[in-house]
Amino acid sequence: MKNTLRQVFHSSKFLVGFIIFVAILLTMFIYPLINPGNPLEMIGVGTFARPGTYVSLYDAAKTPTETLRLADADDKRLAKQLSDEDRVAMVEWFSATGVDIEGLDISDTDALLELWRANYDPAVKPKGMTQAKRNYYKRLDAAIKEVGAADTLIIADTGEGGALEKQGAITKTDYVNVGQVANVKILPLGTDNFGRDVLKELVSAAGTSIVIGLLAGLVATLIGLSLGLLSGYVGGICDDIIMFITNIFTVIPGFVLLILISYSIGQEQRGAAVVALVIGLTSWTWTCRSVRSQVISLRNRDHVNLSKLSGHSLFRIILTDILPYIASYVVMAFILQVSSGILAEAQLSLLGLGPKTTEVPTLGLMMNWAMLYSAHTNGSWWAYFPVILTITLISFSLNLMNTGLDQVFNPTLRD
Amino acid sequence: MSETKAIRRDLANAPSCLRGEGVTRYFHTGKITTKAVDHVNFDFHEGELVSIVGESGSGKTTLSKMLLGLLKETDGKIYFQGKPRDISSRAKLKEYWSGIQAIFQDPFSSFNTFNKIDTVLLDCINMRGGKNLPKEKKIEMMTEACSFVNLKFAELTNKYPFELSGGQMQRLMIARIFLLKPKILLADEPTSMIDACSRATILDMLLQLRDEIGMTVIFITHDIGLAYYISDSIYIMEHGKFVESGPADEVILNPQAPYTKRLISDVPKIHEPWDLSTV
Repeated sequence: MKNTLRQVFHSSKFLVGFIIFVAILLTMFIYPLINPGNPLEMIGVGTFARPGTYVSLYDAAKTPTETLRLADADDKRLAKQLSDEDRVAMVEWFSATGVDIEGLDISDTDALLELWRANYDPAVKPKGMTQAKRNYYKRLDAAIKEVGAADTLIIADTGEGGALEKQGAITKTDYVNVGQVANVKILPLGTDNFGRDVLKELVSAAGTSIVIGLLAGLVATLIGLSLGLLSGYVGGICDDIIMFITNIFTVIPGFVLLILISYSIGQEQRGAAVVALVIGLTSWTWTCRSVRSQVISLRNRDHVNLSKLSGHSLFRIILTDILPYIASYVVMAFILQVSSGILAEAQLSLLGLGPKTTEVPTLGLMMNWAMLYSAHTNGSWWAYFPVILTITLISFSLNLMNTGLDQVFNPTLRD
Repeated sequence: MSETKAIRRDLANAPSCLRGEGVTRYFHTGKITTKAVDHVNFDFHEGELVSIVGESGSGKTTLSKMLLGLLKETDGKIYFQGKPRDISSRAKLKEYWSGIQAIFQDPFSSFNTFNKIDTVLLDCINMRGGKNLPKEKKIEMMTEACSFVNLKFAELTNKYPFELSGGQMQRLMIARIFLLKPKILLADEPTSMIDACSRATILDMLLQLRDEIGMTVIFITHDIGLAYYISDSIYIMEHGKFVESGPADEVILNPQAPYTKRLISDVPKIHEPWDLSTV
């Protein structure tokens, strides 16, 4: 046993898969300790806040300031304010008015502005340009001028007479230390369509999905193993009946069956455990078939005959003379079942037939939400891409472990 | 070894131990039917050492499995101690197996590699109804059985079968029979996987064991020389049928069937050129 384990951990494939999987598991346990709270709590009011560090404006305004004179501050401010569409529109203006734009790079803010200040004239009416478009250029010009001007932002409050009273002013050279601001929220993966912290949700969802996978794999392996052992070892009419049932389940496409069962259970009754059970109940067939064929090749070996001659019961022979010989195979089958269980949950949830949405997030549900709120069309990659990556990593690590085990236990596959 | 050479005994009048009438086993693979054992009749007497000799694929092992009750016969009747054999239920089968035991050809695959040697021997004690014996008594019995086959139990305890050599394993198998003391022992080529030196020791022990507990031994082999050396009577098997049978001297010294003659001429002789013309 010790030797087998050592051999298994010498397999580089198994080791890599194992490390990835353990890292995911550790994240699942450690992250909630660092960032506790309900993963489904809606912290944002809007949808799909970008990933990044969020600083409370209110607290920042109240935080003592330092004056920093930074030479490129204005340029940066301008660069941030000028969107790509604005830049393209500026180039359109130049070409409409016949300005030479040879060698102009629109990402070069200085050159663009210099050209703009030199050539823009609100009185010019280029041919074919609508009034609305000309008004847009006027607004754009005003905005550029405003940034350039030395302005301050005034903070005011309603006084006793209802009139605004100046409380303070923020100049362009005022800076606050982020560490001193009372409320700074880091959202490494932004928020989703309901304004929930995606990272927190993802960690919780990965946990739930792995539990669903384990449960589904356990159910499938247990059913497949016991039916396979029985049908392979006992043979005869018992084998015929079990193989008949297995063939029926094999012929009906498993996923269709899964959809039908999930649909008929109904949204309210569909907890994570129920979904896991349904997945397990529809995916045991190939474990059963392969266990059966392994048992058939084992049941006529001499050690089984010897055990029979020693008067051991059927149950004991299966348990001590057959099961240990196929244990390594069963472990590998179990790992694959876990992996396919996680994928099946994701598929089901994507179709809206996954666990109910109010209790726990799962990887499939997160993808479902992202799809329903068209995260993929509005460019909110953070709502679905990390989820896909997590599913891929989990299933990749499990499959890698399986391949590693296969190479250890099937010497013919070793290279 | 010559001192322990069995004195051939005439046991034709001893009571019948295992008798078969028209015992048959067919295997069906699709539409092809293989007649592994085809209507054979035999009568083994108590205390006899019978050899069943035949080449590979002649149906020896199939017959032995039927005799052991591991394989159902397609046709025919087997009588155990004069009465029709009844192995219809598990309890009766268990009862039958307390009277007939086996040693298999390949010692390396005969043991469950996950069980310790102690388990193998303890099973035998349990089967003989010694389940509730005190631990010391069990160890004493196991030690006795091991020393009968020249093994030291103290060295074997807590070891796994695969840690032993082939010869040691086969001796352990004999120790198992020593504990079980069955009426019939079916030895299916027990020495074919063992080197020549260990072979003599193992045969020696088998014969000793037979004398000690007076069991019938059914010895299945492809080696007609070996069969002649140890048997009281010999059955020659070809393509699922017994082509010749009778007392060993009669069959070997005065063979009637051409197959027997061929088998005898195939035995290599040290001082003569080997006649390969019959092969």
